[in-house]
Amino acid sequence: MSDITADGLVTGSPTRIADVVAKSLVKRRAKEKRFRMYGIAAVAIGIGFVLLMFGTILNKGLPAFWQSTFRLDVTFDAAALNLPTRPVREEGQSMAAFQQTLYEWQNQVTMANWNGLIQTSLQKYLPDAKPASRLRALVSSGERFRLRDMVLADPNLVGQTVTVDLLADANVDVWLKGNIDRDLADNQYLLSPDQRAWSDQLYEQGVIRMAFATSLFTNVDSRSSPASAGLLGAMIGSLFMMLIVILVAVPIGVLAAIYLEEFAPKNRLTDLIEVNINNLAAVPSIVFGLLGAAVFINWMKLPLSAPIVGGLVLTLMTLPTIIIATRAALKAVPPSIRQAALGLGASRSQSVFHHVLPLARPGILTATIIGVAQALGETAPLLLIGMSAFVANVATTPFEQSTALPVQIYLWQANEARNFFEARTSAAIILLLAMMMMLNAFALVLRRRFERRW
Amino acid sequence: MSVQTKPKVVAKDVNVYYGDKHALKNVSVNIPERAVTAFIGPSGCGKSTFLRCFNRMNDTVDGARVVGSIQIDDQDIYDPDLDPVQLRARVGMVFQKPNPFPKSIFENVAYGPRIHGLAHAKPDMEEIVVSSLRKAGLFEEVKDRLHESGTGLSGGQQQRLCIARAIAVSPEVILMDEPCSALDPIATARIEELIAELRENFTIVIVTHSMQQAARVSQRTAFFHLGILVEEGTTDDIFTNPQEKRTQDYITGRFG
Repeated sequence: MSDITADGLVTGSPTRIADVVAKSLVKRRAKEKRFRMYGIAAVAIGIGFVLLMFGTILNKGLPAFWQSTFRLDVTFDAAALNLPTRPVREEGQSMAAFQQTLYEWQNQVTMANWNGLIQTSLQKYLPDAKPASRLRALVSSGERFRLRDMVLADPNLVGQTVTVDLLADANVDVWLKGNIDRDLADNQYLLSPDQRAWSDQLYEQGVIRMAFATSLFTNVDSRSSPASAGLLGAMIGSLFMMLIVILVAVPIGVLAAIYLEEFAPKNRLTDLIEVNINNLAAVPSIVFGLLGAAVFINWMKLPLSAPIVGGLVLTLMTLPTIIIATRAALKAVPPSIRQAALGLGASRSQSVFHHVLPLARPGILTATIIGVAQALGETAPLLLIGMSAFVANVATTPFEQSTALPVQIYLWQANEARNFFEARTSAAIILLLAMMMMLNAFALVLRRRFERRW
Repeated sequence: MSVQTKPKVVAKDVNVYYGDKHALKNVSVNIPERAVTAFIGPSGCGKSTFLRCFNRMNDTVDGARVVGSIQIDDQDIYDPDLDPVQLRARVGMVFQKPNPFPKSIFENVAYGPRIHGLAHAKPDMEEIVVSSLRKAGLFEEVKDRLHESGTGLSGGQQQRLCIARAIAVSPEVILMDEPCSALDPIATARIEELIAELRENFTIVIVTHSMQQAARVSQRTAFFHLGILVEEGTTDDIFTNPQEKRTQDYITGRFG
């Protein structure tokens, strides 16, 4: 038996001490096991939430990538359209005069009864549907312009019959996908009872089918025909902003970090700067939006809702992240490498640029890309510089009005056509997440590539 | 051992401060040319700090301040007009832990000559690299893999690579800061042989915590304790006939 003195010290022969150790070992093992269980539980809860989030988003969003689409044989009936032939420039006709006749022709093409064509081709499938205009309303209202554009591009289509895919109205899509309860009172539907019945019939006939929603990628936002609302404008806007962040924030951030870490004297001033950079990283992003509105828009008079302003605001927001992470990457380079270079007579900048920077590059790249990915998903500051405006065009320069992916998500989730846009919003979220994952994967690949340490 | 009449390096009343800490107090010592001078002493006695004064590596430490004068060939190396970069081309250094660049063996040796513009044509550079590796006794082992990684070598080979890198810029003085402390006995013996050979052409100052090593490789020895140079003389004298009791106690292993 072991003796425990008044001080709590264990004394006795080696076997007794071994007994005591063995006893305490049981306790220690149990403790370790408990701790491991806590860890596993924490990880499991985390994974559970991630799966739940991804599950609901994918579940809601993926169906939106397939959309109710009519496949119709449209006859561009010359009599119904009643179009003159496309003018040809005559001998001796001035360019201006020719342009004038061309405009007149285009006007006439625009004014032609395109809805009539759609109506006629639909009636082939449901001859008894009356009134026909209600039947035609099953096709999304913007789709007639598609027919017009086809003829404008190729006037020879007149007189021919062409198979065309036309998007169904958003309400038809909602009805067919079961996104609205089928047992509601009539006055709660936007489609009349006969329209709902026709939709079902056409779906059974195969005239309406679920086709891949390319419009999601090729169209801009639309209010008049929600079925054709797409994300192209938002994606281009986000792309411009990311470009600006990469071009402005990355060089400034990396150079500032290199200077602060490798060259700046360590004194009060640099300490103060360091503290403030750390504080800036914690400033709520909406504050940067206010700053952007005040400085870039009110003072520098840059255009409202433009990616240039958004990009600059996101740059301000990303800079502290990039600086802090780059400094961490530089700090991680072993000091022996710096000493080796300095000891050989390399100047400070030679030691930094020849030896330290190459070793820190994977870390700097990862930091940069994660900073850019963070900027890509940021919404709050963009709302304050007017990027939540409804913009239905694709920006060709960063100075034109545009919207951005996260803002588009914000706008769509508040759209009054809830049944339709709920799924579309999730689809946009999937796209945004996919872009982020691509960025992160890119970061990983770069890291692997540069991390080839000797 | 004969000692040259004119010393290569003359240090006079050198004091080093790290912030408020007085790390080295009034140290004066002469370093003879083409000989090995060893600095010995217990940990924290200031021997490495003193060594780093000779190539102004202390300049790179924040808050370090060096007072006093160190002259190499009658030129004050703390002259404000003297560029430390220029000094370090004349005074090479080998560190405690082998620290080859994460580049090829060739690039490791070629780096110094390249930044100082010592060789422009490719054959010249190759000649410098090969002869430096030869002098460091490494060439035969690595001649077939000059373009492989320098960090893939064994510890002893890495340290010899660092020595080759240092001598590639033809320095006059080579400082060695406990160059064998991270190596096994066989690798240590090879470095010690190498030091004996290098002594023919270079002035060497070595910091070591191994008294046997100091006795084996050096001609002069300086004993440091608590930032003070206690005793300095020929290695034979220091080890057989020390004048100070503290030296006696240290070399007989009573403290340290």
